[in-house]
Amino acid sequence: MLSGEELGIVVLSLEVALASVAASLPFAIGVAWLLARRDFPGKTALDALVHLPLVLPPVVVGYLLLVVLGRGGVLGPALASMGIVFAFRWTGAALAAAVMSFPLVVRAVRLSMEAIDPRIEAAGRTLGARPWRVFATLTLPLAWPGIVTGALLGFARSLGEFGATITFVASIPGETETLPLAIYAYTQVPGAEGHALRLSILSVILSLAALAVSEWLVRRRPGAARHA
Amino acid sequence: MLEVDIRVRRGAFHLEGAFRSDATIVALFGRSGSGKSTIVEAIAGLLRPDWGRIRVGGRTLFDSERGIDLTPEARRVGCVFQDALLFPHLSVRGNLAYGERLTPASERFVDRERVLSLLGLGPLLDRRPATLSGGERQRVALGRTLLASPRLLLLDEPLAALDAPRKAEILGYIELLRDNFRLPMVYVSHAVEEVTRLADRLVLVSDGRTLAEGDVAEVLSRADLKPHTGRFEAGAVIDARVARHDEKYGLTTLAFDGGELVVPNVDALPGEPVRARIRSRDVALALERPRAASFQNVLEAAVEGIGEEFGAIVEVALRVGPTPLAARITRESAERLELAPGKRVFALVKAIAIDRRSVGYA
Repeated sequence: MLSGEELGIVVLSLEVALASVAASLPFAIGVAWLLARRDFPGKTALDALVHLPLVLPPVVVGYLLLVVLGRGGVLGPALASMGIVFAFRWTGAALAAAVMSFPLVVRAVRLSMEAIDPRIEAAGRTLGARPWRVFATLTLPLAWPGIVTGALLGFARSLGEFGATITFVASIPGETETLPLAIYAYTQVPGAEGHALRLSILSVILSLAALAVSEWLVRRRPGAARHA
Repeated sequence: MLEVDIRVRRGAFHLEGAFRSDATIVALFGRSGSGKSTIVEAIAGLLRPDWGRIRVGGRTLFDSERGIDLTPEARRVGCVFQDALLFPHLSVRGNLAYGERLTPASERFVDRERVLSLLGLGPLLDRRPATLSGGERQRVALGRTLLASPRLLLLDEPLAALDAPRKAEILGYIELLRDNFRLPMVYVSHAVEEVTRLADRLVLVSDGRTLAEGDVAEVLSRADLKPHTGRFEAGAVIDARVARHDEKYGLTTLAFDGGELVVPNVDALPGEPVRARIRSRDVALALERPRAASFQNVLEAAVEGIGEEFGAIVEVALRVGPTPLAARITRESAERLELAPGKRVFALVKAIAIDRRSVGYA
């Protein structure tokens, strides 16, 4: 049903999107908590910085990544000497997707954290729980629906990432050529519309499947979901 | 011993609170917005005063001058709020275990089985908070806080969200806890019936200040505090003991310093201490003992003083033996009876004016 080449593209895209979510989610939860529950100098600036990828042209984000993390970039050579290379690797595609989807993930998690009555967390403190335990046993489980939604949004956004990816890591078949890049490439080749259509349908199926999984994850936690 | 002396400034709101108490239950009494809850939050460590000291049982929780500010989790101060604030994602069992698990074994003095049976929580253990009624939720909240073995229990308007029957039910449970655990409590309320039923000491809070502190009956009957207490149905509180029950008519006789009171059946054994609240408006005055009247209670009293002399209604302060009582009558009646300090009168109180809600275990 799927050609080996198409299967390779789908697997790579899933890998990139999953890696992107896995990398961004912990940071997104941390930043969301800071924005929802803490007051500190520079909070507005942090909020703006987090939202930047949402308002910047993706190409600009890709270019900035290239300038900072590319082979000749500011940090690129230093990281490369430690064995960490993003440029023209699938990890770079995952990083670009993570940066682009970060604001969406933060937003979803933050909203669900802000919906938690802070006095519930205060009650936890008076019962003897230190802040980190309150976070782990109350804030995190109660924000669960938002975390799942954020992960889904991040996954979907990563699966569709195009501009920043192609600018930062180009479109290398088998390494950085994810679904959108491949679809674009096929539309540029005469007679390859069939391939483009098949891959587009695959994209739809993947996105719907992700939606179904997140729905199931949220419903699995009735107590938390009802109070989100 | 609980010692509080704090100043809090939040925008336009100022609070200056100072009181000491070694009573089992001290009530913070005042209107909403007077600053009662701010004091409670400061004691719990949820709000940092700008200046002051808070000590519980000789242990300093907060001292701005010495730079002491214990975290809420280090204070071992339990809180129960108006809304029970149960953890919605945990079962009742999980809620109850939350604080208990975090309490070091050496600090635990509250027995789980005892709490479960006293509060009747056994049948609720596997339920989720969302499926509990308001009264059940508050019982779980009491149990959860108790099982963390706190050294002080703060009850911030715990009955405010409940209907009258549930209020009575939870009040009964709080009385049970008071009598079963040696645990000092701070009871915050704007309801005079609750305060007089539960508390021994009262701290009057008004406009961000602690105006007065003292014996509950004393503070509530002080004339100079009427502007602050008077908005709540004025009255007197009488400490009494159950003398006997009259099974035939369903009446209970209470004996107090100065006389006896007949009230509808009180659910207490003879000899048990109770506290009855008599609203001023339920007390009528006569110069002679009425011979054929339905009043069950005719008390010999002396006029202590007469409240402000303008308006149609005056408040007459009385003493029945050593016990203060108050009557609210028209100014016309006061003049017709030629009431003056020292005059002997008879205070008439209908038994039904002292209902079940105004009598509680002392």
